[in-house]
Amino acid sequence: MADRLKDSQESWRLSGQYHRPVVTLDIRQVVGRLCLTAVSHVGRLARLVLEIIRGLGEWRVWVPLAFEQARSIGYGSLFIVILTSMFAGAVVSLQAGYQWVTGSIPIYYAAGVIVQSVTMELGPVLTALLLAGRIGARYAAELGTMRVTEQVDALESLGRNVISYLIIPRVVAGTLMLPVLVVIADIVGIGAGFVAAKSSLGMTNGDFIRGATFFYQPFDPYYSMIKSFFFGLAVTIVPCYLGMSTQQGAEGVGRSTTGAVVSASVIILFLDAILTQLLLK
Amino acid sequence: MIELKGVSKRFGDHIVLDELDFTVADGETVALLGPSGVGKSVMLKHINGLNRPDSGEVFVDGMNVGLLKRKELARLRSKVGYVFQYGALFDSMTVFDNIQLGITDPVTAEDESFCEKRVLECLGLVNLSPDTAEKYPSELSGGMKKRVGIARAIAGQPRYLLYDEPTSGLDPVNADIIDSLVEKLRDELGVTSVVVTHDVRSAFQIANRVALLHNGRIRAQGTQEQLLASKDEQVQKFLGRDLDITLAQLQRYRHGSTL
Repeated sequence: MADRLKDSQESWRLSGQYHRPVVTLDIRQVVGRLCLTAVSHVGRLARLVLEIIRGLGEWRVWVPLAFEQARSIGYGSLFIVILTSMFAGAVVSLQAGYQWVTGSIPIYYAAGVIVQSVTMELGPVLTALLLAGRIGARYAAELGTMRVTEQVDALESLGRNVISYLIIPRVVAGTLMLPVLVVIADIVGIGAGFVAAKSSLGMTNGDFIRGATFFYQPFDPYYSMIKSFFFGLAVTIVPCYLGMSTQQGAEGVGRSTTGAVVSASVIILFLDAILTQLLLK
Repeated sequence: MIELKGVSKRFGDHIVLDELDFTVADGETVALLGPSGVGKSVMLKHINGLNRPDSGEVFVDGMNVGLLKRKELARLRSKVGYVFQYGALFDSMTVFDNIQLGITDPVTAEDESFCEKRVLECLGLVNLSPDTAEKYPSELSGGMKKRVGIARAIAGQPRYLLYDEPTSGLDPVNADIIDSLVEKLRDELGVTSVVVTHDVRSAFQIANRVALLHNGRIRAQGTQEQLLASKDEQVQKFLGRDLDITLAQLQRYRHGSTL
């Protein structure tokens, strides 16, 4: 049977109607290719960052455009950021209530947990992840579409610096607006946590203030802002890079958009771990 | 003057340009013919530095494009208008803003009254009414988009114009309007032009010289008559389909009337 099958395949091959694909899987080749692709991406991303730094000198071009982008990011993201941080603060408070039922831990500790969780972790990370989905996808899709419809080439052919016109306004706006949105998310999250704590734990205003200030460190707000700043860079630079690297029409735009959201989200979580380790030593 | 010397370009394993030599004299309009995918647009993009050659040199206005720094390249590009195949209009901007972006001189670009006058003037040159200025590209037909693309390319009063398939995908009426426009710009503005096309009739109507790109090199070039008289198999094959129409058109054109 096996011989007959082999003969049949051989005859197909000889007749030119069927070419059996020869699949060779060399693990060294696969690893080598993956490494080369990764190094190539890192190199091109580093080059983009250098060009961004160099393009900052053309502030007359990018400052007005950055304001437009910032307004769009700020207004456009405000509702979803408030909604998410409200639920996050309330849920932290309810979970704290679930763990505080034993009564052996003072109730005002819960306020410390709520405030610390929201300002140091949930506020920056959730807001950054939301923006990775919202503006990361938008940037990659916009720039990807401009790339495949030759609008980027058109801008270059008109003697304009594509980095100053398209990339820097987006990166600056996103990097500056993320900390602003994080401050709003922190305030809303703490407020929602306080309301939930009052209703579920019976916490008084005095308990909440005592708990919040008991664990407070002067570095905490800076910690939150430093994290937000780096998250802002990740949320903007990676999608811009992927958008500008788009090829192959609509399918390519789709691939860049998905890749931008996934990559930016992974980098945010990675940066979160690194920055926590570095800043809280 | 535009000069490509031994330019080679490959994408992966695919050789697009193979030690290509090509020259366009000042004031000349050259039509570059060739089937789809042969590398005509790639060659055009080498002229204004959108593509860089793997080897060889590209000279425009006496400057080696490959050696120019960013600001020098930007200055050179302000002298080279580029008409993209699908217009490549900025879809978030109105027609007015698109054309205004074509005014590349930083001093005049700041002057609002000059810009307004120039945009309307360019719209007039491409036979579009002033009320088109407030429209967005999505509200325009294919032919109108091409004409706005041309208006944007000429807004900065370039010395060179590069047209990438200016008539592809258009109906015959709109294609003739674009061809007439290219001729008008050639005669009135006296710019040096390279027109990439696979439309033989259009090439014969608008160009002083026609070149055929094949296998990454210029296979044949010359006046319309020289190309038609060529015994080269590829030239015959490429011109063959439209040969009768082209000859008739050429005779009419030489006697002072277009189609």
